[in-house]
Amino acid sequence: MTTRPFVEIDRVWMRYNGSGGTLALRNTSLTVDKQEFVAVVGPSGCGKSTLMRLVTGLWPASAGSVIVAGKEVDRPLSIAGMAFQNPTLLPWRTVLDNVMLPFEVVDTLAARLRKDRALYEQQCRELLELVGLKGFEHKNPWQLSGGMQQRASLCRALVHQPQLLMLDEPFGALDVFTREDLWGVLQNLWLARRPTVILVTHDLREAAFLADRILVMTARPGRIMIERKVDLPRPRTPQMTYSSYFQDLVQDLREHIDRARQGEELAHAE
Amino acid sequence: MQSEAVATLLTDAPPSKPAELPPTKSQIKSVPTNDGMLDSELARDAAIVAAAVRRRRFMRLLPWLVITGLLLLWEIGVRLFDIPEFVLPAPTVVAQSMAKWWSPIVSNALQTLKTTLIGFAMANVLGLALGVLVGSSTMVYHGLYPLLIAFNSIPKVALVPILVIWCGIGTLPAVLTSFLISFFPITVNVAAGIATVEPELRDVLRALGARPLKIVRKVGLPRSMPYYFASLKIAITSSFLGSILAETIAGQSGIGHLMIVASSRFDVPLVFAGVVVTAAMSVTMYTIATIIETRTISWATRSQGDQATGV
Repeated sequence: MTTRPFVEIDRVWMRYNGSGGTLALRNTSLTVDKQEFVAVVGPSGCGKSTLMRLVTGLWPASAGSVIVAGKEVDRPLSIAGMAFQNPTLLPWRTVLDNVMLPFEVVDTLAARLRKDRALYEQQCRELLELVGLKGFEHKNPWQLSGGMQQRASLCRALVHQPQLLMLDEPFGALDVFTREDLWGVLQNLWLARRPTVILVTHDLREAAFLADRILVMTARPGRIMIERKVDLPRPRTPQMTYSSYFQDLVQDLREHIDRARQGEELAHAE
Repeated sequence: MQSEAVATLLTDAPPSKPAELPPTKSQIKSVPTNDGMLDSELARDAAIVAAAVRRRRFMRLLPWLVITGLLLLWEIGVRLFDIPEFVLPAPTVVAQSMAKWWSPIVSNALQTLKTTLIGFAMANVLGLALGVLVGSSTMVYHGLYPLLIAFNSIPKVALVPILVIWCGIGTLPAVLTSFLISFFPITVNVAAGIATVEPELRDVLRALGARPLKIVRKVGLPRSMPYYFASLKIAITSSFLGSILAETIAGQSGIGHLMIVASSRFDVPLVFAGVVVTAAMSVTMYTIATIIETRTISWATRSQGDQATGV
């Protein structure tokens, strides 16, 4: 018996603002296995972020079905962790209190907050230590650099041990050195917690470094063009990014993206 | 900014031990390191620091100097051109009048303060509640906002006679005018604070199963607090405006009523005394609002100097 994929997107269409609006996704299908790390790459505006909001149930699909953990998604999932390019920490809370947020919001956890606060706080501290933020628990977010804020944002997305983690260009606004540091941080988090991850990015090296499988999307209206498995052992190291396997993979992805973008230009020219 | 930094340095390392000061720009040019600074350069550095401190002290005194200067100019002008008292009384005459009528001025000022504060308190309660509603629900926003704007554009003077018909002459119309004129800025600001929650943050919370009410409680409300406190400064001044307006039109007491009575007797110095007392009360309340603002929401007024560096 084969196990059912954790996320199943089947022939999904997504159109904004009614029938005359922009078509963001066209007949898109994909599956993600449990505990798999999948990266979605593609030219900008290809509907990557739309895909994310469909999976989490934040937006309903115009047509087709989205199934997560065997259930049709018809409302916000309520268990997914999310992180964006903008860390969106709450400036009036300390780092620790920011990471505590999911425990106050998820209904089942919030019900036990008074009793289990110490336990929850312990979990927050452990996670913060794992991303190298030990000693910053009681700082305010604006006292942290962009990279540190993003680490805290990852902690907030993961602290309630969600089965599904959605990342929308989480490192897009960071400088190259910080970004590659955080690849390592994210990989460690994933290895320690093993959530199912969908990472949306336009950084091909990031996708190749982190993901088990990479999906390349076409220009808008988007759909999955090809997929590539990444056969590199874990934990992956920065040295691996210099290997010819890695370089060839990135090169190959790059060519597909270029082809997708040219297709877009042709479409505009018509 | 530069002068502030220099001034801070001064408190940390007084000029008697100038060797601890980092080199200024001019020193870097001639001497690359701290060691071996020339005496003349040290002296110049100390002089720059002292000048910066003097400048800061002067800046703090400046508003008071301007006020004193204006009062002097006013006094001299009135005496020089022999302006009659019922047109423009000199500051000293106003002060004399204030001393002479001290007791009625105080009792009427307290009456105005009371009406204003009751109206202001009502404006806070309703303004906050309405702001939360308008800011968190698009339905309420679309239904109520045009109405609110229409209401706000009514000159409140026009409402006072109606309020008098409804509630009679006295304290009540003043309280209501003060309230009606000051709730709008509070509502608009609180609504703006709640409505502008970042869409990503909303998504984070919704993906955790948060209902709209919870998003408002956890994010919208705390986020709108800086907007709210900023609006209080506008609202308290409008509140005074409202109560004094009602007192002048249809009051039996209050500083507005006092001024109307004084002007009908051509006691212009007393009218001016009323103006001065009103300004003093308004400025005091404004200052209190500012202090509360900086105390309660320090996270919104943080300085950039606190920013950390590194990954």
